[in-house]
Amino acid sequence: MFELIWLIPLLPFAGFAVLALAGSRLSRGVVSVIGTGSVGLSAALAVATFAGFSISPPPGNAYVLPLWRWVTVGGFSPQVSLCLDALSAVMVLAVTVVSFFILLYSSEHMAREEGFSRFFACMDLFVGSMLTLVLADNLLVLYLGWEGVGLCSYLLIGFRYEDSANVRAANKAFIVTRIGDTALAIGLILLFIQLDTLSIREILVQAPQRWSPDSGVAVWAALLILGGAVGKSAQLPLQVWLPDAMAGPTPVSALIHAATMVAAGVYLVARTHVLFTLAPSVGGLVAVVGAVTLLMAAASALAQSDVKRVLAWSTISQIGYMFLALGVGAWSAAIFHFMTHAFFKALLFLSAGVVIAALGEERDMGRMGGLRRDLPAAFWTFLIGASSLSALPLVTAGFYSKDLILFMAWTSGTGGPWLWAAGIAGSFLTGLYAFRMVFLIFFGERRTAPAERPGRAVTIPLVVLAFFSLVSGFLQMPAALAPVTIFSDFLSRSLPPLRGVPVSFTTEVILFLDAMIMPVLGIAAAWWLYLRRPGLPERWAGTAAGSALRRFWHSGWGFDGLYGAVFVRPFTSFARLNRDDAVDLIYGGLAWYSAGLSSLLTRTQSGRLRRYAIGIVAGVVIALGLVIWFKESP
Amino acid sequence: MNGIPVEQGLIVAGLLFVLGVAGVLIRRNVLFILLSLEIMLNASGLAFVVAGARWLQPDGQVMFVFILAVAAAEVALGLALILWMYHWYGTLDGDRACSMRG
Amino acid sequence: MLYAFYIASAVAVISTLGVITGRHAVHALLYFIISLLAVAMIFLLFGAHFAAALEVIIYAGAIMVLFVFVMMMLNPGPRSVRKERHRLSPGTWACPAVLALILTAELIFLLASGTVGFHDGTAVTPREVGMALFGPYLLGVELVSILLLAGLVGAYHLAWRLGVSRADGAGEGRQS
Repeated sequence: MFELIWLIPLLPFAGFAVLALAGSRLSRGVVSVIGTGSVGLSAALAVATFAGFSISPPPGNAYVLPLWRWVTVGGFSPQVSLCLDALSAVMVLAVTVVSFFILLYSSEHMAREEGFSRFFACMDLFVGSMLTLVLADNLLVLYLGWEGVGLCSYLLIGFRYEDSANVRAANKAFIVTRIGDTALAIGLILLFIQLDTLSIREILVQAPQRWSPDSGVAVWAALLILGGAVGKSAQLPLQVWLPDAMAGPTPVSALIHAATMVAAGVYLVARTHVLFTLAPSVGGLVAVVGAVTLLMAAASALAQSDVKRVLAWSTISQIGYMFLALGVGAWSAAIFHFMTHAFFKALLFLSAGVVIAALGEERDMGRMGGLRRDLPAAFWTFLIGASSLSALPLVTAGFYSKDLILFMAWTSGTGGPWLWAAGIAGSFLTGLYAFRMVFLIFFGERRTAPAERPGRAVTIPLVVLAFFSLVSGFLQMPAALAPVTIFSDFLSRSLPPLRGVPVSFTTEVILFLDAMIMPVLGIAAAWWLYLRRPGLPERWAGTAAGSALRRFWHSGWGFDGLYGAVFVRPFTSFARLNRDDAVDLIYGGLAWYSAGLSSLLTRTQSGRLRRYAIGIVAGVVIALGLVIWFKESP
Repeated sequence: MNGIPVEQGLIVAGLLFVLGVAGVLIRRNVLFILLSLEIMLNASGLAFVVAGARWLQPDGQVMFVFILAVAAAEVALGLALILWMYHWYGTLDGDRACSMRG
Repeated sequence: MLYAFYIASAVAVISTLGVITGRHAVHALLYFIISLLAVAMIFLLFGAHFAAALEVIIYAGAIMVLFVFVMMMLNPGPRSVRKERHRLSPGTWACPAVLALILTAELIFLLASGTVGFHDGTAVTPREVGMALFGPYLLGVELVSILLLAGLVGAYHLAWRLGVSRADGAGEGRQS
């Protein structure tokens, strides 16, 4: 059974190959069948593998499938191999199922675009790369998948490349994540130099044996890997690319920039968790980065008017939660939140896509309104998604995963009340901006009339994802409610178990109640501000302080401007200075110099008789002078 | 004081030669340039004859005869060319007979 | 005899100066003829009678006459005199004069260092010259005759061509 796991990434790659070579000659129906079907088969295989893994796990809780040895040079002989353990099984399942439904959605949503086959080819390539990344047993294979998803992200953001704004957004995404990729590459080199191996399991075994906690090399290794994760997952300070990446089509935003690629950083840190426990200072840094990012992004989401940008900032914020969990050592909690986030964020993007398409590519929420009777499917699914995002208590999956994170933030050995407070404040803001979206789009008076209703290929994924957004949380319930720990038990086969400082029952109840109340408060605040007193937010934003604050949050706390001034403008002005290429000037100078000499020499060929005669006489004078000179010395 | 110092004869030849050179360099009229050339030839002939006289050999005068023949041939052809130049350019200015550009 | 030599040399040099600074072409020619006669005088003082005779007969008598003929054909008038005066500006003769002076200095320096000897006027007779010409220098004589032939043919050809093209140009003469 497990010997077939190589098919899981191969099927999407095969789909990509077929579509890349012959896609333009096939009809749309065939293209969507190939594109969606390859991922669907992969998903079916993933489900079967997952079932097999949970029922009868392989010895050692991990199954390694060596494929081939890539190269043998000196002491460097990495093996291309795949590893199936609990963590990768969960990731594979989530990635393939969500990708399948998003591709099903895009077969109808993108039906009128040109480049239909190019879209599916890139999406298949992306899914294949993501699966390679997740199933990798060797850091080199992981890096291959890492680069592959980065490439596909670039290709898909700039999918409608005729508009140069999309191309610029794609460039920005690629360049910013490249900074993270470089850090990761240096980290890989460091690990190889220090530990002589790139196999992940080997590294996780050898590192604690060879390095002492918080030693220089451990800190640097963890820091560099964190750098890579921060780039791909759009956390501070490399979060600037994700809001601009919304220039891509909606399924792209749903798949790549919400559900899967941006979680690759979370996966990376969870995979190499031993390095982070070995360097607790970096672990603390991870938690702080997560906490600060989640607050900053939530505030920025509040000030946006483009619905996709709100969702982008929301993604950054939720991944901040996952980083927070990783930082305090609650690895399974982070993966749990990743799974529920994949479902409800994809759902939010897809239903927002329905609204945007129905209004003729209108993304400004200020021009939407009152659509709940015209687009009921979109309304209900968006509502479910927003509730899950805000962690509406008890019925949504988001509540359980977020509550777990908050609980671990308080009780874990490296956590603390400040991190918990950041998380709680974040959940208030999340409720606020999520339901701001709901009320602005679906309630109030209608400003733009919808042009069309979605079909079946769009509605089915929405319904399925909505179902999962509600139900998947029941796998892990807080102890105060019911002792259900299916998820963390499953993951504890590969990750360290969730262990926290034991707290008293009252503390548990208080934490639980707080986690329940804050989202509800946020939702109530949104209802009051946007439904009962709709003019109030505009009046606040109209004041001097209000509008400055709004602009500041809207621009993502000024990071774009900061980077532009510190990095981009010096670089471009230097490039403009060197426009004539200083090195080229040397060669040009040589040519210019010899041309000058030549023109000087040309003057001697004047064609005038007397000039030549003067030349001859001067020669004679010099010759006689030499004779006299040498005659002097006897 | 029983004769002419031979070096002084040679010096006179040298002076005449230099005057001829100066004439070639200074004048623009090709006729004068040709004339200055004749001066130079004459001066070199003088030098030969003086040198030959010093050794009381006829070789100096023999050379002088040859130089004379050369001068005659050269003058004939040179004047013919000067007439051509006058016909072609309309002027006897040596500087005008130059079609180089640069 | 020495004084005769000095006087003849002075006449030669001064008249040559007159040649190169003359404005009128015919005047320059006449100066040159004087210079030639002075040089013939120097030849006589050095005992080269044959050379002196040849100088006068051929150089002054034939070559200069040829010059005069061509000069008359070109017909320089008052306009050419003015042109010559205009062309002999200081800027023209500064550099060549400097060069010439340097050359003079070098020649005099070289020639005056060391004594070559004195000549007392002993003649080298035309008989000796003739014996040398038709003896050791016979080949040279023949070559010179061929040279003269070449000059003759060339001059004739050029003149004939000139005549032809003059006829084509319908005799439009361009005044200098």
